Amino acid sequence: MTPEDWSAVRLTAQLATLTTLLLLLIGTPIAWWLARTRSRSRPLVASLVAMPIVLPPTVMGFYLLLLMGPQGPIGQLTEALGLGRLPFTFAGLVVASVLYSMPFVVQPLQQAFEAIPERMLEAAATLRAGPWDRFFSVVLPLARPGFLTASVLGFAHTVGEFGVVLMIGGNIPNVSRVLSVAIYGHVEALEFDAAHRLAAGMVVFAMVVLVALYVLGQRTGRAAERVR
Amino acid sequence: MIEARLHLPRDGFTLDVSLQLPAQGVSALFGPSGCGKTTVLRALAGMERAAGRVALDGELWQDDACGLFVPTHRRAIGYVIQEAALFPHLDVRGNLDYARRRAGTARFELDPLLELLGIGALMARRPDTLSGGERQRVAIARALAAGPRLLLMDEPLAALDAARKAEVLPYLERLHRELQLPIVYVSHAIDEVARLAHQLVLLEQGRVVATGTVGEVLARLDLPTARGEGAGVVLEAVLAERDVPWQLVRLQVDEAFSVWARDPGFELGRALRVRLLARDVSLTRAPQIGTSIGNQLRGTVEAIADDDHPSLALVRVRVGANPVVARLTRRSAYALGLQPGMPVWAQVKTVALME
Repeated sequence: MTPEDWSAVRLTAQLATLTTLLLLLIGTPIAWWLARTRSRSRPLVASLVAMPIVLPPTVMGFYLLLLMGPQGPIGQLTEALGLGRLPFTFAGLVVASVLYSMPFVVQPLQQAFEAIPERMLEAAATLRAGPWDRFFSVVLPLARPGFLTASVLGFAHTVGEFGVVLMIGGNIPNVSRVLSVAIYGHVEALEFDAAHRLAAGMVVFAMVVLVALYVLGQRTGRAAERVR
Repeated sequence: MIEARLHLPRDGFTLDVSLQLPAQGVSALFGPSGCGKTTVLRALAGMERAAGRVALDGELWQDDACGLFVPTHRRAIGYVIQEAALFPHLDVRGNLDYARRRAGTARFELDPLLELLGIGALMARRPDTLSGGERQRVAIARALAAGPRLLLMDEPLAALDAARKAEVLPYLERLHRELQLPIVYVSHAIDEVARLAHQLVLLEQGRVVATGTVGEVLARLDLPTARGEGAGVVLEAVLAERDVPWQLVRLQVDEAFSVWARDPGFELGRALRVRLLARDVSLTRAPQIGTSIGNQLRGTVEAIADDDHPSLALVRVRVGANPVVARLTRRSAYALGLQPGMPVWAQVKTVALME
């Protein structure tokens, strides 16, 4: 593999790791809200979160590009804050990935939170645990399989994205040339051997992720039975 | 004193109760399902937001007049529900420690608790490996480990079969005997109430229908508790005499009121609760000879009321200072010419003893 290929691998790992960590931070409160709220805006928020599942990535990428561009509200905001423009930067890629992979983190978390019976939280409250205490001492341990699933899915989905990356990040070495873009580039240039090396790696990676996920799924099922 | 004034519109009825319960002994909230008793308990715990006021021994937990609402985790309560709700990710010790760590200085010592509930051998077990009865005992121990000043129990026996119920009941009786801790106990099972409660609050459709000591309330003929198979009076007695050859003991309620019952093996002088079911009491106008029934009590008819079925009547007879309720056919009541003030003999066939 060439140094450029290794750079693509490294960039992809960085992007996926950072995106997953950010999504765990942002997605947890959203998933918690979706799991427990009785608000009438719940279906609307749930739909917004799920949009990337049904939207073509290019459509998302297109609108994100407009929003983040010099004429877009986000672009004007980032420039006003002195952060510069997001399109064709690594930071822009992270923002786009967070939005694009959101449902793959929020939905498993939401399901894990919904599986926790209300009476567990009430029991904790009667044992003097305040709201934060309840979250860390009861919700987190009971939802742990959900967090693992969410992390694996969020990471894998970010690794696999292509359309959004191309729209927001382009194909800049060390900035936005991630694995999927690099493979596309190799194929375009008829470098099938190089494409094979990266593509086969992706196949192996996807397989490992799926096996891990199904093993986790079995444990989650058992854990859910225990709660009931 | 436990004070609660609660108002909460629900589907089908409005909960509207005003309670003043002594901050000692067991107070039972009794009524059919859907009468609002669980809602009252949840409002005492702060898990349900009803309008009104809640206070324990003068400490305000809720007062809408000044916008005060103390959240559940700041109320010194213990709460036990049907399903136990033990944390599945912790073993028994972990569940107890969870409560103890958060209890501060108010907590009970752990060892006496383990002894009291007989769970010392279960400490390393996971909740999913425990039987229903064990789980419930651990849940009670966990609630106590948090150092509550008030223990709230919502049908703690309802999810258990008869054998498990019989296993847990004695522990519940020990609770109020050995801990100076007021308990509010929600139940729809009259036998649990007769066995455990001191105060009884009868709820129906979100309203208090009757309140008083369990003896007073169960002796009233105008309440739904007087109907049904479990109807009968509850009396406090002392184990006064033992007939060793015949394996019987005399239980004395007062000077004028003694009954013989199977020897439970307790020492003389011990206080026991006695339950006389209305269906086990019959009435005669004169003392009987040549009868197998050993308990004949001289008393006076105090009140007569209709039972549910048109063929049946309920008759309350005063024996000394205490009431006995008999269920008779109306034909028998007519044949005996029963009316208030008349002297009669009450024959008691079976006496249920409760600690």
